[in-house]
Amino acid sequence: MENKEVRLGGFGGQGVILAGMILGRAKSIFSNGYATLTQDFGPEARGGAASCAVILSDEPILYPNVFNPDVLLAMSQGAFDKYIADLKKGGILVIEEDLVNPGEVDPSITLFKCPATRFAEEIGRKIVLNIVMYGFLVAVTGLVSEEIARKGVEASIPKGTEKLNFAAFEKGYQYGIEQKAKLG
Amino acid sequence: MKADPKRVLTGNHFMNGNHAAAEGAIAAGCTFAAGYPITPSTEIVESLAARFPKVGGMFVQMEDEIASSICLQGGVWSGRKAMTVTSGPGFSLMMEHIGLAAITETPCVFINVQRTGPSTGLPTKVGQADMMQARFGSHGDYGIIALAPSSPQECFDMTIDCFNLAEEYRTVVFLMSDEMTGHMLEKVVIPEANTIDLVERKFYTGTDKYLPYKPEANGIPLMSKAGMGHNYHITGLTHDERGYPVLTQEVQEVMMERLMGKIKNNVDKLTRVEEFMMEDADIVLVSYGISFRMAYRAMEMAREKGIKVGLLKMITCWPFPEKVITELAKKVKSMIMVELNYGQMYIEMDRFANAHCQTHLVGSACGEVHEPETILNQILEAAKK
Amino acid sequence: MAEKKSKKKDPKEWRIEIDAERCKGCGFCVEFCPKNTLAMSDDFNSKGYHPPMVADPESCTYCDMCEMICPEFAIFAVSEKNKKDTHFSDDALRMDRMPHIWCPGCGIGTVVNALTQALEAAEIPRDKTQIVSGIGCTGRVAGYMDMDSYHTTHGRAIPFATGLSLGAPDQKIVVVSGDGDLTAIGGNHFFHAARRNANMTVICVNNFIYGMTGGQTAPTTPQTAIGITTPYGAFDQPFNLPFIAESCGAVYVARWTIYHVRHLQNAIKAALLKPGFSLVEVIAPCPTLYGRRNKLGDGLDLVKFYKEAAVRVKKGQTTADAAIGYQSEFLVGKFVDRDRPSLTDAMDASLKAKLGDAYAGWPIPG
Repeated sequence: MENKEVRLGGFGGQGVILAGMILGRAKSIFSNGYATLTQDFGPEARGGAASCAVILSDEPILYPNVFNPDVLLAMSQGAFDKYIADLKKGGILVIEEDLVNPGEVDPSITLFKCPATRFAEEIGRKIVLNIVMYGFLVAVTGLVSEEIARKGVEASIPKGTEKLNFAAFEKGYQYGIEQKAKLG
Repeated sequence: MKADPKRVLTGNHFMNGNHAAAEGAIAAGCTFAAGYPITPSTEIVESLAARFPKVGGMFVQMEDEIASSICLQGGVWSGRKAMTVTSGPGFSLMMEHIGLAAITETPCVFINVQRTGPSTGLPTKVGQADMMQARFGSHGDYGIIALAPSSPQECFDMTIDCFNLAEEYRTVVFLMSDEMTGHMLEKVVIPEANTIDLVERKFYTGTDKYLPYKPEANGIPLMSKAGMGHNYHITGLTHDERGYPVLTQEVQEVMMERLMGKIKNNVDKLTRVEEFMMEDADIVLVSYGISFRMAYRAMEMAREKGIKVGLLKMITCWPFPEKVITELAKKVKSMIMVELNYGQMYIEMDRFANAHCQTHLVGSACGEVHEPETILNQILEAAKK
Repeated sequence: MAEKKSKKKDPKEWRIEIDAERCKGCGFCVEFCPKNTLAMSDDFNSKGYHPPMVADPESCTYCDMCEMICPEFAIFAVSEKNKKDTHFSDDALRMDRMPHIWCPGCGIGTVVNALTQALEAAEIPRDKTQIVSGIGCTGRVAGYMDMDSYHTTHGRAIPFATGLSLGAPDQKIVVVSGDGDLTAIGGNHFFHAARRNANMTVICVNNFIYGMTGGQTAPTTPQTAIGITTPYGAFDQPFNLPFIAESCGAVYVARWTIYHVRHLQNAIKAALLKPGFSLVEVIAPCPTLYGRRNKLGDGLDLVKFYKEAAVRVKKGQTTADAAIGYQSEFLVGKFVDRDRPSLTDAMDASLKAKLGDAYAGWPIPG
């Protein structure tokens, strides 16, 4: 498998970095591959921009930076505005539907939208919106299998929160499968 | 001596460099750490705070870095492997006590997760601009050892190396990490404890009066610890073999020759470098820490263009691998230092290499790692000459 | 432009305006409005927060509670007749640096309101005010206030302020910093400035934690509370700040919480007008680190607790009674108000006595 590069961006506090970590863990530990996650955040604990980049590979990764990702996950308008120009032609754009207005995107880019904040509030806690987005991301991109993706979640959440987080993952994943099917 | 299996988190982990460094310290047998919160290093002490109570060890958060840098030395003299963790502004505060550790020959490890400076600078961004400070930051002359990791795996491995070197040479050892390596997550393979070799402290066990600064044949004195019955005196004043302050030129000379010699005379043993694509290289990139990874990509790009570029990765930055650099300089057309500052290790490389080859710097201190194209441009420039 | 606080507002001339984009949905205004005028709306602003709305305009008495307590400067009374169209802190803020970086439910913005209003009530001119901060979340206050401001190094706001107050004795020096910055790394300086009665007003925002660096335990963290460097619970005895300030020699010491907006403003005003070293300790929420790690809820939950837990200091009680335990009652109010020569006055008097006419005096032009 060729290296896949993913950029995830949002506000500090949305759990963007955790979503990236789960993806990297899924690939490198449960899939016996390699992953490098590099992150970006301002000194403020919440509200500032937060983003990370994850490289997924079957070989050890030397160069850790991502300039033109294959996939962009944007959970805030600010992250979208900042990173959209870097997304490769023919790449995949995944956005939080209520918080990001993508306007006109390059026709070669495949766009997927998920109202993750709303889904998270329905499930019961806004804080799991990142797990919803992660499930959705995995479903629409196939970066890792569903089973591997779920193992990543399980290994990354506090004990006792499995029910909530798996529900969030399921919701995002199923919605992703539906959205992907709609594209035909 | 092998690591204690109860302390080693054997297995495959997706973790960041800071957590890996903490695991390295625990595996190395560190049982004492003093520190103070500073971005981007805090994950190290946070890990220790969570793990130490379960595996045996104590982390104490002190009121500031000045306190931390001397508290850990009390920990060392209580008989333990001890460390502290900081970043630029804290590193500056610790300088007086680094000198104290050097003159008292207190074996200890300081981890600096470097960020962009100077001063408060860019607290959450990467830098490598404390390299000269690691060598010369305290007043007076003294020698230190510094290693630079370029991945979370190396953070684990090299932290163990730092503790081993500290015990072997009875000196201060720095792990010069950086924000990107510290916060990057990668697979870290932590091996079985019985594959991890540790250097243990050599205590004086003789029956004569203990002389804390009487060297063994290798120039390094044996250690003691609180309560061994040696009734030693440890002072930051110039001292003789007994450890008593004797404020004369003669004693100073003897003390300094041995202190400086401990490192200077062991440069070959201490030097650790890795070479890539050197066999036919006429341009060599020299780098360390996170910058090594950017330099590696630039080397690949240059090779694609048919330029014969090699790469020397410095693992030991201090003492500076002067012999390796000098010999290499005689064989190649030019050497290019790649680092995240305005030229620090470059100054060392240049002084050994410029009699034999061209030297260049690709330096930057803007809070981001180099783009490989920037390094490639310098390679192309050098190739023209 | 703000209007004089002493004048009661005529409801016919005023209405409440909400800048939804500034809001972070903390809920302070809705909860603490004494007339239940406000409610949270179901709308989202562009950052995903629910702003408040005026649910019952007739009930509003324009008491200013919402405007004073809002940490985002997002809700305020406006009046064309009285020429007020913004939040009363806007005038004192570097609006080109807004929005600030503090989390939803953080109380530092509320402290800024108390400070801006106290400065105005004390009639201290903008160009005679010096704001000095250290490092940390509260340390960012200096950067947002539109007056001479200094974002110094961690723990060293007070020695910097000492130099500034000695060199420019005509200036009003205000140190605004957090509990970690002022009492851990800055502790030594705190003791000495109080001992010497250096001219400064120190506002210590105490949220019991190191916020900006990720939630490490501080010397003010109550015993058993979780900080990330004491993940099994803090076991040291924390500082009792009013006690230390008094024992070191501070001439004015008060403590309030961010709920007590009016008392806080008055305490800061009194401290500003008093020569020498004053401490106003403000108990404030840190929902992101302290609240979350200790499962104490969000900012609003913390402030509601502090409101109930705060007990007015009574006659006969001293700063020795002002210790703060974990999630227990604590004293608020004015603890110390005494007089002794400030550092500059003491220096001056001593040199005059010793040197007589030979004394060149102070300050001399720089």
